[in-house]
Amino acid sequence: MELLAFGDTGWGDELFRATLMTIAVSITAMLIGFSFAAIFTPLKLSKFKFLNLIANIYTTVIRGVPELLVIYLFFFGGSGAIMFVASMFGYNEYIEINAFVTGSFAIGIISGAYSTEVFRGAIQSIDKGQFEAAKVLGFSKFKQFYKIILPQMLRLAIPNLSNVWQITLKDTSLISVTGLVEIMRQSYIAAGSTRDPLFFYSFAAVLYLLLTFISMKLINKLEVKYSRGY
Amino acid sequence: MDFELMINSFPKLLNAAVITLKLLSVSLIVGLFIGLLFAILRLNKNIFINKFAYGYSYVFRGTPLLVQIFIIYFGLGQIESLRSSFLWVILKEPYWCAIIAFALNTGAYTSEILRSAFQTIKPGIIEAGKSLGISNKIIFYKVQIPIAIRQSLPAYGNEIILMLKGTSLASTVTLMDLTGVAKYIISTTFKPIEVFIVAGGIYLFLTFIIHNVIKFLEKKYSY
Repeated sequence: MELLAFGDTGWGDELFRATLMTIAVSITAMLIGFSFAAIFTPLKLSKFKFLNLIANIYTTVIRGVPELLVIYLFFFGGSGAIMFVASMFGYNEYIEINAFVTGSFAIGIISGAYSTEVFRGAIQSIDKGQFEAAKVLGFSKFKQFYKIILPQMLRLAIPNLSNVWQITLKDTSLISVTGLVEIMRQSYIAAGSTRDPLFFYSFAAVLYLLLTFISMKLINKLEVKYSRGY
Repeated sequence: MDFELMINSFPKLLNAAVITLKLLSVSLIVGLFIGLLFAILRLNKNIFINKFAYGYSYVFRGTPLLVQIFIIYFGLGQIESLRSSFLWVILKEPYWCAIIAFALNTGAYTSEILRSAFQTIKPGIIEAGKSLGISNKIIFYKVQIPIAIRQSLPAYGNEIILMLKGTSLASTVTLMDLTGVAKYIISTTFKPIEVFIVAGGIYLFLTFIIHNVIKFLEKKYSY
């Protein structure tokens, strides 16, 4: 137990900070994922075949390629790509992006592909009459979406989004390969310096279980909230 | 774009894909048995057996695969009695550690898939078997299992693809699978995009084949 003590003697405070980091990366990645979904879901539902194709390539490639490979692409290619863009604006110094940004972006793109599929499914399963009724009542396109489609879509999407959240949370463990100190990386460091990998990796597993358990409870509450009236 | 590198790295990556497929097939076969066993335990009326099976699938589905591999590869070697037992022959090999972790992981997901498939079988079908005087055992093997397999094909197809992606984690325990070799080439040439296109292309090709095989099976066994 003294291994988990807070302060200089134990790894308690380090692991606590690492847990906060995991939560921070997961939430950032999820939000980046939502912004990707906000772009690609309309493309998927668009009437134009070309736009469909772009969105389909995005979701198929990302969901068919291992997360680790995507992370390596960003880890090794990230600063190169940024420097390339910067050099077009005449900035030629070396740019290093930090592990948090690379990691959240890589996981965010993955999570976005799953979210896109969830939102597409949710919008498609809304009764067609709802769209027509909104049109007949003279709602503008914008109001139609925010007042009628979005609330219904969220109700349908939340159970599946909770799966996406679980996937995202677990995927953040892979960012440890880039050196970002989250739960996995911190356990790796602690296991290395105390020569007690069994304890620290098991403890990491417990932390992940706690995170998934607590987030499930919170999401269930959201689900109840958005199912009012059904 | 360095096309020469792409062409040169293709045979290396293809070779590595063989290891990926080996890891995938062995862990899927073992995982299927584990999954079937735990699905049957989940349907057991004894509350302890039931809770045990639920706990297994909860833990393995609630933690990242990476943690599971690390516990088995780095953690188990620490137990002195394990090191001196015959099991150490298996556990000192990263290859078998990865397969154990993958099999236990996919076993947990498979047990959930099969359980829900068993539960969606209409009671009328089982009652019909009983009224024909067929024993419970034969009903289980000849009626419930084939129907459950058909029911779970689409979900199991997804699980195979998830597992294909999961095998990439073998590269974290020194195995040179497709992702491992890709990482090696990237870190020696610093050409991530080219290697990503080739390696990702191989993964997508494998996913495409698995997807179509499952689709074919679904059609063949549809009723």
